[in-house]
Amino acid sequence: MSGRYTVSREDWSLHRKGEIDRDRHREKVREAIKKNLADVVSEESIILSDGRKVVKVPIRSLEEYHFRFDTGKRKHAGQGEGGTKEGDLLGSEQKKAGPGKGPGAGDEPGVDYYEAEITIEELAQLIFEDLGLPNLQQKKKPELASESFEFKEVRKQGISSNIDRKRTILEAIKRNAMKGRKGFNEISKDDLRFKTWDVTYKYESNAVVLAMMDTSGSMGPYEKYIARSFFFWMVRFLRTKYQNVQIVFLAHHVEAKETTEEEFFTKGASGGTRCSSVYKLALEIIEKRFSPQDYNIYAFHFSDGDNLTSDNEKCVKYVNELLKVCNLVGYGEIEGPYYHTSTLRAAFKKINDPKFTCIGIKDKSDVYPALKTFFNPNPATTA
Amino acid sequence: MHPQEEKKLLEESIEKITAIAKGFNLDFYDMYFEICPADIIYSFGAYGMPTRFSHWSFGKAYHKMKTQYDYNLSRIYEMVINSDPCYAFLLEGNSLVQNKMVIAHVLGHCDFFKNNYYFSRTSRKMVESMAVAADRIRGYEFKYGRDKVETFLDSVISLQENVDPQRHIAAGESINPQTLDKNHGGRQHTCSGGQYCKGGGCSNQGGYHDHEKTQARPTPYDDLWDLDKHECEHKCDKEDQPKKFPEQPEKDMLLFMMEHARDLKDWQRDIISIIREEMLYFWPQMQTKIMNEGWATYWHIRIMRELDLTEDEALEFAKTHAGVIQTSKFRINPYYLGLKIFEDIEKRWDNPTEEEKRKYGRKGGEGKHKIFEVRATENDISFIRNYLTEELVEELDLYLYKKVGYDWKVVDKDWEKVRDGLVKNLYNCGLPYIVVEDGDFGRRGELYLKHVYEGTDLDVYYLERTLPHVYKVWGRGVHLETVVDGKRVVFSYNGEKPGKKFI
Repeated sequence: MSGRYTVSREDWSLHRKGEIDRDRHREKVREAIKKNLADVVSEESIILSDGRKVVKVPIRSLEEYHFRFDTGKRKHAGQGEGGTKEGDLLGSEQKKAGPGKGPGAGDEPGVDYYEAEITIEELAQLIFEDLGLPNLQQKKKPELASESFEFKEVRKQGISSNIDRKRTILEAIKRNAMKGRKGFNEISKDDLRFKTWDVTYKYESNAVVLAMMDTSGSMGPYEKYIARSFFFWMVRFLRTKYQNVQIVFLAHHVEAKETTEEEFFTKGASGGTRCSSVYKLALEIIEKRFSPQDYNIYAFHFSDGDNLTSDNEKCVKYVNELLKVCNLVGYGEIEGPYYHTSTLRAAFKKINDPKFTCIGIKDKSDVYPALKTFFNPNPATTA
Repeated sequence: MHPQEEKKLLEESIEKITAIAKGFNLDFYDMYFEICPADIIYSFGAYGMPTRFSHWSFGKAYHKMKTQYDYNLSRIYEMVINSDPCYAFLLEGNSLVQNKMVIAHVLGHCDFFKNNYYFSRTSRKMVESMAVAADRIRGYEFKYGRDKVETFLDSVISLQENVDPQRHIAAGESINPQTLDKNHGGRQHTCSGGQYCKGGGCSNQGGYHDHEKTQARPTPYDDLWDLDKHECEHKCDKEDQPKKFPEQPEKDMLLFMMEHARDLKDWQRDIISIIREEMLYFWPQMQTKIMNEGWATYWHIRIMRELDLTEDEALEFAKTHAGVIQTSKFRINPYYLGLKIFEDIEKRWDNPTEEEKRKYGRKGGEGKHKIFEVRATENDISFIRNYLTEELVEELDLYLYKKVGYDWKVVDKDWEKVRDGLVKNLYNCGLPYIVVEDGDFGRRGELYLKHVYEGTDLDVYYLERTLPHVYKVWGRGVHLETVVDGKRVVFSYNGEKPGKKFI
């Protein structure tokens, strides 16, 4: 006869299937992101994320494809609150709205994209997995070291505010146990244990990034965006290696000057290009403010390479000087659609120093390879 | 409250609710209630069954549901499984009133599982079958490597809806001696597919044979079979024509591939068979969603009314119930629509109009009898088509809407159009109807699929990314014929690049 019933309540703590498959999915998301790093690295929503912790990365490869109807061409059924008429507007999709932007997009049919949520830290980890600091030793200057205290030891004497309760009680129990008495009884003076500190030195390591950019007329917003993506990740990467990372923004056309970050990326200038001016300024700033003994100095310059020919020789000279004081000097040439007559990059071919790297960037997806080239832990393996 | 005490209260309520439900003539299996923490309920929800095999897509679904729960966006109160005994999982943290409502609701579902025709072929031992299948798949992962098994699962899962739940009807044709030989093979296939034989579903086999016998009785519709015969004879005359393979377009793509894809290993055929069986088990739930939820809602209201609730409890029940039947302008709430139709049927059969009395011989007072008959014989399509009336469409303010430019606009309000639009979207559970047209296309052993076009285009972006999965299983070139913007198109994939050709 049916209709009997049982009620039970089991221990489900070992039922981990959902969690295990969730982890597998997460793993696949990471794999997918890793495969698409070149696109993700220069993803605008991340570069311009303004300190948001979690970013969304669209991943189409993890959608579950199957045969289905085109929702946009289909009629759907809905239910109103009475009095709905033909032609009534239920909602609209924002024009050009990216996935996930429309209000209540999930409520509308057919919105079926998959965006993985990932923290910037996690993403950075993926990106930095293959990066390293080439040819370099971290500079650890005792002069910069600050004193710090660390509780490392336990002693029988000390100040009572530093008493280690757990160990004291353990001692008391142990002592009593040896006498054959069970449990926790009185504490004798012998049982007392104190935490004691040691003085250690913390070594500060500082790095400074000299971000140099050509702001002559030929550098448009697109070129600047590429430079910006690059600096965004570079600074983040250096921060994982150094406690303090300072950035100095130097913009130049014919003349160079120090700017704020905002000006650096937004302000357009015009006129010709004299790259040597910015190298000269960089050298001056290093001399005045950042002693190579205290700082790890990274100098990167982005330009479209359209330099005054007469200036090229001077550039090579200054770059060689920079190499003496910097950990790494990089030159990225953004190859716009119109300029293929690079002269500066050709001139730099003369420089033969493992600390100098020179690359060309054609589009957004080249930013990641550029990072990989600049921060290749084993430069010998670079092709 | 102490868990022990909570359990005792719950048991008392179940006792009462079960008695009330029986008094209402609900007919359900033995019930097995289990109180589970949220993440367990949500993992069951994502997998469809606690014992199902492991796959990342379930992990993705679980993550989504769990996140929505964590942010308090949605809540599953229960999960019930079509099995004998019937398993029902209650969410830990439900209040007692919520649990009462859920238990009443679950009894409605169980009555539906047990008595609706479309469930008569489902295995009631699927909990165990799925556990066994999951074990086999785990074994394959161990033996052949996780990645290999996972990629194959990816492909089969992406094609899982392409089965034929009505295959047994075609098998029923065997009563016609003319087609017996021809279809014999087909029937055997049904068995080798394992839907009825495996998984302890043998009790259903009895039903299966009975069904055939009743078919064999002379009926006024026998001339319909003759129609088929003429066509067949006509075809058979042309012996010189190359034999078609399959002879009739085959809706069960998974079955066809399982039997005829040349290079599949045994473990791969087994995986196809597992996923196919599971899909066939879930299909009746997909095709009776509105009825099943409507029926369960109808009964939880009536059972709750019989209980002695305090004022606070009544209020809480009303709130929870209101959440369940909340409507949306963008989709139909199956709980609400199903409930309203059942109530409407009851009303109309209890108090028929003069015309209905005269025309259909309705005596009145037959409401309860009628809804029990409907719950036993209909599915969502016939339910809507037969019982959604003009008055209901008006009262519920149902409509059809469509994307016009960037806007979603109401395009139909006429009741017949709304009803037919609803039915159309329910057809084949809202999925495109695709058949295997040729299993030896171009005499190169390629697979030619055809979308049976009924006015709605396929999602081409998805189509182009699903074809490689067909290729992966079939092992040779694959083609799919459909209609895009009024033109007939064949999409192809040969393992290297996708192709598209207008024909």
